[in-house]
Amino acid sequence: MKYVSRRVGLFLITLWAALTVNFIIPRVMPGNEATAVLATFRDVNPAALHALQIEFGVNVHQNILLTYVQYIGNCLTGQFGLTAQRVPVLTEIISKLPWTLGLVGVTTIIAFAIGTLVGVLGAWRRGGKLDGLLPPMLFIVASFPVFFVGLLLLYVFAVTLNWLPLSSNYSIGLEPSLSLSFIGDVLVHAVLPGLSLVVVTAGLWIYSMRNNMITTLAEDYVKMGRAKGLRSWRIMVDYAARNAILPNLTGFAMQLGYVLGGSILVEYTFSYPGLGYLFYTSTTDHDLPLMQALFLVYTLAVLVCVLLADLATAGLDPRTRDA
Amino acid sequence: MSTATIAAETEPIEVVAGTRSQSAFARFTRAILRNRKASAGTVILLILVLLAIFPGVIARDDPEAAIYGQNLGPSAQHLLGTTQLGQDVFSQLIWGTRLTLIVTVVVSALATVISMVIGVSAAYIGGLTDRSLSLLTDIFLIIPTLPLLIVLASYLPPGSVTMIVVLTLTSWAFQARQLRSQGLSLRARDFLSAAKVRGERTSYIIFVEIIPTMTSLIVASFLGLSVFVVGFAAGLQFLGLGNSTELTWGTMLYYAQQGGALEAGNAWWALAPGAAVAFMGAGFALVNYAFDEIGNPALRPVRKRRARTTA
Repeated sequence: MKYVSRRVGLFLITLWAALTVNFIIPRVMPGNEATAVLATFRDVNPAALHALQIEFGVNVHQNILLTYVQYIGNCLTGQFGLTAQRVPVLTEIISKLPWTLGLVGVTTIIAFAIGTLVGVLGAWRRGGKLDGLLPPMLFIVASFPVFFVGLLLLYVFAVTLNWLPLSSNYSIGLEPSLSLSFIGDVLVHAVLPGLSLVVVTAGLWIYSMRNNMITTLAEDYVKMGRAKGLRSWRIMVDYAARNAILPNLTGFAMQLGYVLGGSILVEYTFSYPGLGYLFYTSTTDHDLPLMQALFLVYTLAVLVCVLLADLATAGLDPRTRDA
Repeated sequence: MSTATIAAETEPIEVVAGTRSQSAFARFTRAILRNRKASAGTVILLILVLLAIFPGVIARDDPEAAIYGQNLGPSAQHLLGTTQLGQDVFSQLIWGTRLTLIVTVVVSALATVISMVIGVSAAYIGGLTDRSLSLLTDIFLIIPTLPLLIVLASYLPPGSVTMIVVLTLTSWAFQARQLRSQGLSLRARDFLSAAKVRGERTSYIIFVEIIPTMTSLIVASFLGLSVFVVGFAAGLQFLGLGNSTELTWGTMLYYAQQGGALEAGNAWWALAPGAAVAFMGAGFALVNYAFDEIGNPALRPVRKRRARTTA
C-alpha cells in the first residue's frame, strides 16, 4: 500500500506542478503578449473576462497568492475562460477530444501489442530471422521524426496512388451519424495518421521489450523452468514475458507523453481536426487561454495513464505490495 | 544463446567505462570500427559535420535567393527542384545542415550536463537532496514535452536561442534518472570512501571521482538525447514556432507545409528536409544502438560459432 500511496502522491504533486508552471509562464515571460491578447476581449461577459485576467495576471490588482488560489480553483472546476472565437475553452476541447482519443488510443494499443509480441519472440529466438530484421529496422524508424513518416505516407498513398484521403477526419458534406458508410469513411481517414503513429512508436516497444526479455531469460527461475522440462511456450510466456512486461508497463505510460507529442505533429501534417490541430491553431491565432488549457489537458492525460499503469503494476507485481 | 546471456550477469556498463588508461580513445575507435551499426552511424554523422562546415563546396546556389522558376521539378540545375518562391531546394537543404546540427549538439550537450549534475548529485548526496531532485526529475519526466515546448516557445521570441533554451529545459529528465541509478550503484565503492576520508569536497567527489567513471553512459545519454532533439527541434519549427527567417530543415518543412508542397506535386521540397532530419536522427540512433551493444555485452548480436570458441 505504501507503493500505491507514494504513486498517488507523485500524481498530485505533478498535477500541482503543471498547474503552477502554467500559472507562472505568462507572468515571467518577456513581452506582454497576454495583455495584448486580453485587450481584444473587452466586449465579453465580465465573469469570463475576470477568469482570464486571473489566469494571465492582467489588470488584477490583488495579492498574487489570492490570484493563485483563484486560478487553481478555476482550473479544477474547468473554468478556462473563452477562446478567441468567444466559445468556452472547455466546450471547444470536449468537441475535439473524441478524435484524438480515438486516434491515439487505438494506435497506441496496436503499437504496444506489436512491439511486445515482436520483442518477446525476437528475444526468445536471439539472432533468428525475426530478430535480425525487425528490431534494428524499427529502431531506426523510431528515430525518424513522426511527421516525416507522415509526409512520406501522405505522398505515397494519398498523392501518388490516390488510395486514401489527403486530410481531415471525414469527407466534406458527410453528416456525422452511426451509419456504416460514415464509420467506414472515418476509418479510411484515420488510416494514414494512425499508421504514422504505429510505425514510429512500435520500434520503441520492441526495443525495450526485447532488452527486458533478454535480461529476464538469464534469470535462474527460467533455468529452473527448463530444468523442470516445461514446454518452451510456457517458459516464454509465463516465466519470462510476464516479468519482462512489467517495466514496459510503466514505460508505456511514460512514453504516452511522447506519443501525444507525436500525435500533435501528425494531426498537423494531416489536418486532422483533433486536440493537436487545435493546439496548433491556438498558437497561430495567439489564442493563449485555449493553448494553456490544452497544455493542462495533455498533462492530465499522461498523469492519469501513469497512475493507472502504477496501479496495474501494483496488482501484477507482488514485490511492490510489501515494498 | 546461453553463453552470451550468462555474461549479462556481470556488471554491464563498467566493462567499457571502469578501466582508466591512456588508450581509451583508441579502444573507443576500435569498438566503433568493429561494430557495423556504429560505423554506419559514424559515417553519417561525419558527412553531416562536413556539410555543416563546408556547405558552399557542394551547393553553389544562394539558398535564400528567389531567382529561379517556381515549383520546378528536379533537374540537373536544381537537383531537388525549387520552392514556391523559386529558391533552390538542394541548396537550402545543404546550407540548412549547419544550424540544425548546431542546435542539436548544443541542446544535447547542455541537457547532458544538467542531467549529469542532477542525477549524480542526487545519487551521491542522498537524503533530502536525493528525494527533492528525484521528485523534480519525475515531474519533468511526466509533463509531456511537446505541449510544454509549444507553450514556452509561443511566449518567447522565435529563434535558435529560444529553441536551445526550451529544448534544454524540457529534455534532461530521462537521462538524469538513468545517471542517478548508475550513480547509486557506485555509491558504496572504496575509492569514494577514500576520497571522503581524504576530506575532499562533495563537488570534487562528484565531478572528479564519480563522473569520469561514467563516461560511456554519459556519451550514450548525449547520443540518445540527440536523436530526440533533432526530431523535436524540427517538429517545433515545422509547426511554425521557430524563426522563419533562419534556414534549418525544420523551417524548410514549415514553408513546404504552408505552400502545400505535396499537393502542388512538388514532393521533394517537403520530403527532402524530412528525410534529412530522419537521416541525422538515424545517424545518432545507430551510434547509440551500437553503444548499447558495446557497453552491454548481453545485447550484442549472437554469432553462434564465434561465441562458442571464445567462451
